[in-house]
Amino acid sequence: MAKDSAQLAALGDPTRRRIFELVGARPRTVVEITRELTVSQSAVSQHLKVLRESRLVRAEPKGASNIYHIDPAGLGQMRAWLDRFWRSTLAAYKVAVEKSVEEK
Amino acid sequence: MSKRVSTASIKQSIVVEAPIEHAFKVFTEDFGSFKPREHNLLSVPIAETVFEPRVGGHVYDRGVDGSECRWARVLAFEPPNRVLLSWDISPRWQIESDPDKTSEWEVRFIAETPSRTRLELEHATSNVMGKVGKACAMELMAIRVGRSI
Repeated sequence: MAKDSAQLAALGDPTRRRIFELVGARPRTVVEITRELTVSQSAVSQHLKVLRESRLVRAEPKGASNIYHIDPAGLGQMRAWLDRFWRSTLAAYKVAVEKSVEEK
Repeated sequence: MSKRVSTASIKQSIVVEAPIEHAFKVFTEDFGSFKPREHNLLSVPIAETVFEPRVGGHVYDRGVDGSECRWARVLAFEPPNRVLLSWDISPRWQIESDPDKTSEWEVRFIAETPSRTRLELEHATSNVMGKVGKACAMELMAIRVGRSI
């Protein structure tokens, strides 16, 4: 749950969401990411650090720089979130429908 | 890159003590009463969620200021057996109008007895987990936390 919240918080920032999208489209270096944005490379590095810590992206060393990828383990957690979303929706539905049957 | 991520659909089922017609009616007509409110693309709290009960209709959230967010389209409406909807939320935290970038969810209603119904929900996440959709479901997470922090 704690990691889940960290991922949520990490994506609460629009620049980090944009970076996450860029890395999701294809693996990229910091330089490649910075080229697509209006913020500085050091700012991008800071955002990547947050995304890494919340396991949304991971870094693979390549030569002198890192290539950033989506973290598949993190995505598994995302899927778990959708799963929970539907579980809570269906559970609330069960309460609503059975209550309405009683009231009929 | 993401081969280790399960791309199988999310499948869930629930049994409710209600006749099938009633189960279908409550699911579609009262959807807004049980859908978690924290799932919200609007910048204001949701006043109500409306499920338009026809093919071509939408599911939309209406904010307390009257603004609307149409986040699903009704693709099939077959009372009392089945509904099929799109999930139109883009990676940019906006409504996605390109059908190739949306996913679909389906609910099937099965009468187990005259007074008991089983619902089977399937959210086809291949797009959600696909090249564009990856961020999409993340947006849902961000939305949730965005409203609660």
